[in-house]
Amino acid sequence: MTHVVNLALIQFRPTKGDLRGNLARVTDAFSRVTTLSPRPDVVTFPETALSGYFLEGGVRDVACSAQAFANALNDAYTAGLAQAAHGAHDGVANGSHASIDVVAGFYELYENTYYNSALYATLGGDAGQVVHVHRKVFLPTYGMFDEERFVDHGLDVRAFNTRWGRAAMIVCEDAWHSVTAMTAALDGAQIIFVPSASPARGAWPSPEPDDDEAIAPASLHRWERLVRDRAEEHGVYVAVTQLVGNEGGKAFAGGSVVAGPHGEIRTRGPLWDEAILPVSLDLHDITRARADTPLLSDLRALLPHMLRALERTIANDEP
Amino acid sequence: MNIVPPVAAPGPPPLEIDAELVTQWLVSFLREEFARRKFAKAVVGMSGGVDSAVTGFLAARALGASNVVAVRMPYRTSSPDSLAHAQVVIDALGLESRTIDISPAVDGYLTNEPDADSARRGNVMARVRMIALFDLSAKYHALPVGTGNKTERLFGYFTWHADDSPAINPLGDLFKTQVWQLARHLGVPSVIVDKPASADLVQGQTDEKDFGISYAKADDILNWLLSGYQPEELVQRGYVAAEVEIVRKRLATTHWKRRLPTVAMLSPTAIGESYLRPVDY
Repeated sequence: MTHVVNLALIQFRPTKGDLRGNLARVTDAFSRVTTLSPRPDVVTFPETALSGYFLEGGVRDVACSAQAFANALNDAYTAGLAQAAHGAHDGVANGSHASIDVVAGFYELYENTYYNSALYATLGGDAGQVVHVHRKVFLPTYGMFDEERFVDHGLDVRAFNTRWGRAAMIVCEDAWHSVTAMTAALDGAQIIFVPSASPARGAWPSPEPDDDEAIAPASLHRWERLVRDRAEEHGVYVAVTQLVGNEGGKAFAGGSVVAGPHGEIRTRGPLWDEAILPVSLDLHDITRARADTPLLSDLRALLPHMLRALERTIANDEP
Repeated sequence: MNIVPPVAAPGPPPLEIDAELVTQWLVSFLREEFARRKFAKAVVGMSGGVDSAVTGFLAARALGASNVVAVRMPYRTSSPDSLAHAQVVIDALGLESRTIDISPAVDGYLTNEPDADSARRGNVMARVRMIALFDLSAKYHALPVGTGNKTERLFGYFTWHADDSPAINPLGDLFKTQVWQLARHLGVPSVIVDKPASADLVQGQTDEKDFGISYAKADDILNWLLSGYQPEELVQRGYVAAEVEIVRKRLATTHWKRRLPTVAMLSPTAIGESYLRPVDY
C-alpha cells in the first residue's frame, strides 16, 4: 500500500437548482484533475456540492440515494476522462483508464428520511462504487442555519478502509466538535475529510495583521484554528473542502484547507473563487507526528476511564 | 509577586471593519447576484450622501463604471449640496447619470392633500423616487441596488417599501459608522464622508438631530443589544440610560418594518411558514 496519497480539493461553486449544469462543471473539474501530475488518488468536493446548501424545503426536490449520487459522479468522471483525452485542456490525460476516488457532500434520501450526507466512492467502472456514507451528526440550527428543520441527524462516526489506507468523513459542524475527529482518529483514520459549506461571518480586522493570508472573514480564521488543532491533537490529516459562492446574501467564502499531523497548513484555498488544490500527503508523517507526540496513544490508554467519566456525566450522577 | 490583571471580557463583535475584506466580500456579492439574476447593469439612486456613494463605488468596481447608471432625484426643496455631491460621485467614477426632478410628481399628488405634514411629504418623496428608480430599471434593463445601512434599518429610519424595496442591498448589514470606514477605504470624496448624514427630506434636517443621539453612540449601543445584552446591563456598564432608551425604543417599535406584510395563515402550506424555498432557489 502506497504511503503517499495525492488529493485534489475542488473548491466548487454550484449554481443552485441546476443539477445538469453543475454536473457538466464537475465533468470539467474531473478532466482537469486527471491531467495533474501526480494524478490524484482522491478528489474532494464540498458539502451539498451539486445543489447548493440553503435549500429549505427544496431538500425534498433534490435529495437522492447514495448510489444515484455515486452514479451521477461516475458519469461525470467518465465524461471528464473523455474530455481530457480529447485535449480539452492543456496537459495530457494521465492514466486515462484509471479509476479515482471521490468525496462529496449531498442531500441524501435514505430509508424514507432526508440527511445531509457525505459520500466516499470509487469512480471509473460501469457504476459508482459506494465505499462509505457519513450522515452529518451535528446539524447547525441557530442564527442563519435551520438544518434540523429539513434533515435528520446521523448517529455515527466511523473510519473505513480505502485503496490507499483508512479514512473518515465528517461534515462541516461535525468538525467543530472535537468528539468526531477523536472518534475517527481512534477508529484508525489517517485522513479525515471534511466537506463543508460555511457561510462567512465576521468582517473585523484579523488579530494577525502581518500574516499575508490573514485577510479573511473571522469564521475562516476559526476554521483554520480548529482544523489545525484536530490534526495536531490526533496526529492525522484533516482536509476541509469548502463550498464557494453567494446564496441569498450568505457568502461561502472558500478558504479550503488541509492541515498535517503536526498541525501545519499544507494547502489553503483562495477567497471568493473556485480553485483546484492538489496536495500530496505522506502517511509516514503521521507515524512521525505520533511518535513525537503520542497524544492519541495516551488517549487510547486512558479512554476507558474517560468513558466512565462521560457516562457518569450523562447519567448526571454526583461525583 | 505581581498581581496580573485579567484580559477584559470581549463583549460584542468589534465595530471596526477590515475595509479591504469587506470590499472584496461585497464586490463578490454584487457580481454573483447580478449574474444569477441575469443583469449586467445597475441603477443606483445617488442622493449625495455616503450610503449611495459607497454603493456606487462598489457597483462600479463589481460591474464596471459603464454598467452603473446613477440617478439624481431632487425635490424642489432638496439641498443644492446634495445634488452637487451626487455629481461629485458621478464625476469621480465616470458614471452615466440621469437627473429626474420629482417635484411635479410629488406636488401633483399633494395638491389633493395640501395639509400633509412633513413626515407624509417625506414618504411621498421617497415613494416617488422608487417609482422613478424602478421605471428606469425597466428602461435600462438595470437592477436597482438598495443603499440602506444597518443602523437606519434597525431604527426604522426609512419609508417602508420605498428606500428598502430594491431586491439587493450590499450595505444592509453594515452600521453607519462602518459605512463611513468603508467609504474612506474606497476613496469616496471627503466632502461626502465628513458631512453630517441627512435624509434631506426637510431643509436643515440631520439624522442625528432626528434621533437625539450620534451614530457613533447609536451603533455602539445597537451592537451590544443585538448581541444579547439587555438595556439595564448597558447602563450598569456605564452607558447613559436615556441614550440606551432612545436606541431600545427605536429598535423595539420597528420590527414590523423589517418584515414582509403579515399574511393570515389558513392552510398547512402557508408561503414562508410551511412552504419554504430560498430566494435564489
